[in-house]
Amino acid sequence: MSAVDVKQASARTLGRAAAETRAGPKTTVWQRIWRDRIMLLMVLPGVLYFILFRYLPLLGNIIAFEDYLPFLGFTDSAFVGFANFQQMFADPAFWQATVNTIIIAILQIVFYFPMPIILAMMLQSLISTRVRRAIQSVVYLPHFVSWVIVVALWQQVLGGSGIFVHTLRDLGLPPLNVMTEPGFFKPLVTLQLIWKETGYATIIFLAALLSIDSSLYEAAVMDGAGRWQRIWHVTLPGIMGVIILLLILRLGLFLSVGFEQILLQRNAVGPAAGEVLDTYVYFKGIVGGQWGVTAAAGLIKGIIGTLLVLGANKFAHRMGQEGVYN
Amino acid sequence: MAVQAGEISERPAWLEKDPKLLRAVKIGVFVVILFVVIYPFISVLATSLASEPDVIKNGGLVIWPEHPTFGAYQTIFAGGVVTRAIIVSVAITSIGTLLSLAVTIGMAYGLSRPIWGGKYFLLIALFTLLFVPGIIPNYLAVKQYGLLNTYAALILPVLVSAFNLVVLRQFFMNIPGELLDSARIDGANDWDILVKIVMPLSMAVVAVVALFYAVSYWNDFFTALLYLNDSSMWPLQLVLRLYVVQGAPLPSAGDVVENAPPLESIQMAVVVVAMIPILCVYPFLQRYFTRGVLSGAIKG
Repeated sequence: MSAVDVKQASARTLGRAAAETRAGPKTTVWQRIWRDRIMLLMVLPGVLYFILFRYLPLLGNIIAFEDYLPFLGFTDSAFVGFANFQQMFADPAFWQATVNTIIIAILQIVFYFPMPIILAMMLQSLISTRVRRAIQSVVYLPHFVSWVIVVALWQQVLGGSGIFVHTLRDLGLPPLNVMTEPGFFKPLVTLQLIWKETGYATIIFLAALLSIDSSLYEAAVMDGAGRWQRIWHVTLPGIMGVIILLLILRLGLFLSVGFEQILLQRNAVGPAAGEVLDTYVYFKGIVGGQWGVTAAAGLIKGIIGTLLVLGANKFAHRMGQEGVYN
Repeated sequence: MAVQAGEISERPAWLEKDPKLLRAVKIGVFVVILFVVIYPFISVLATSLASEPDVIKNGGLVIWPEHPTFGAYQTIFAGGVVTRAIIVSVAITSIGTLLSLAVTIGMAYGLSRPIWGGKYFLLIALFTLLFVPGIIPNYLAVKQYGLLNTYAALILPVLVSAFNLVVLRQFFMNIPGELLDSARIDGANDWDILVKIVMPLSMAVVAVVALFYAVSYWNDFFTALLYLNDSSMWPLQLVLRLYVVQGAPLPSAGDVVENAPPLESIQMAVVVVAMIPILCVYPFLQRYFTRGVLSGAIKG
């Protein structure tokens, strides 16, 4: 989305400049700054924010190459070259976190990603707008609830005193607390993501579905296409562009698998099952004080993440997907 | 968007009726979905209203409290950790939302007009969509700025969202330039134009962005976990994490009441209190925000 934004936005700014008659002929830079002084003052706090909190922190990555000691600060800590990276690659916990991240990411793409598409198609098939709106207003809700609350809700339902354990007991099965069982952790976080975000994610697919020209359906019916044939030959091709685009964007975020969600539940199942790259950095770095090594891990993750996002954007462009977004 | 096409509630002539079996399956699936989404909320609410006998009767599972009581709510509002956390959260959410709005509106409006350097200022904001500095560098920066263990650390590091900036700027750009030019000819400066012309025209979209910010400030817990060591400063979501998700025992608020409400009820009452603001703004969110998301994400 972002690379598309950047290009379009700058093109628009230029277009405006030509259309709006503010710029007089041959004004100097200082005259223009003076002319726009109020506007520039309004823009300044925002620009300062981005510089102070989004760009300058990048300098902190320098400690990935240092034996960082907080009381020395990053100017006086010893420079150690790539020692932190060597130490990181030799750490089995880092590899465990990498493997966990990849497994969860794959589970999310295979099981979560298709859900909003299926739900959107089911909603589209409802004839009554009122019923559809009512269902939408229920299924969008979990998106706005914080992860802390979502985990509390799930504990309430699946935990020791919840309805799930009660039902198991009534059926004569052993009471199983899914929330604290390491083997269930990865499917569990995937299910939670499905529960929280499926409804909200239908918005974009539903918009795409509703913009399919209904004459295509009529024509398909004329040609004798049944319900499932229409889904296959009209509906799916009609939204394939959006599906591919969102899939690519999701692949761009491959290494970021729900940091807050997993941070909240990692301790219940232990690091072997529950550690992902982001929580590895948090627990080993901020909590454990191993600054250099985890800064190295964060840096590597950040670089790969940015490359994935850039690659995904480029790929989306190459697929000619801007058309979908207009 | 052809959303209007969906407004028609009649069956188009070409569309055959669902066969009975398919219809039953569809209804069944929707009922299950609705139940799965709603049940946890109901269960939490029921437990928060339950009294001791309700909780004991079924081994902790409360389907419907037969002796409903607001005891749990009285307990958490009687002062103590939860009350203080609620005050902190309300304050951070309101101050943060106002600050974020002011800075975002100023930047979005400035960048919606062809001002000097505008293109580059916009790129500065948009490029941040491509990367995040990471947990450790962010922490070091906040520490370097002397913001650790201050409430400012809950607001300043997340002050402007590039997404909200794009949504607002997009809206401001659609305000006709002639309107603003004519005001300028009448002697208004850029500040007057923003306050007297642009803002009144943009109240709906500003309200959406305000809700966006308010929800994210209210729901945030990681910023506080990262930057506040002192647990007496914690906002509600972190308190919720400690006493509900991690199950730490709640310190009692001074005098212990007779017939003290069961622990489960108190925990669930905290969850309900943390959800109430979201539930209150949800109808507005749902109505405007869908549109906002679509126009922002699609045209952005």
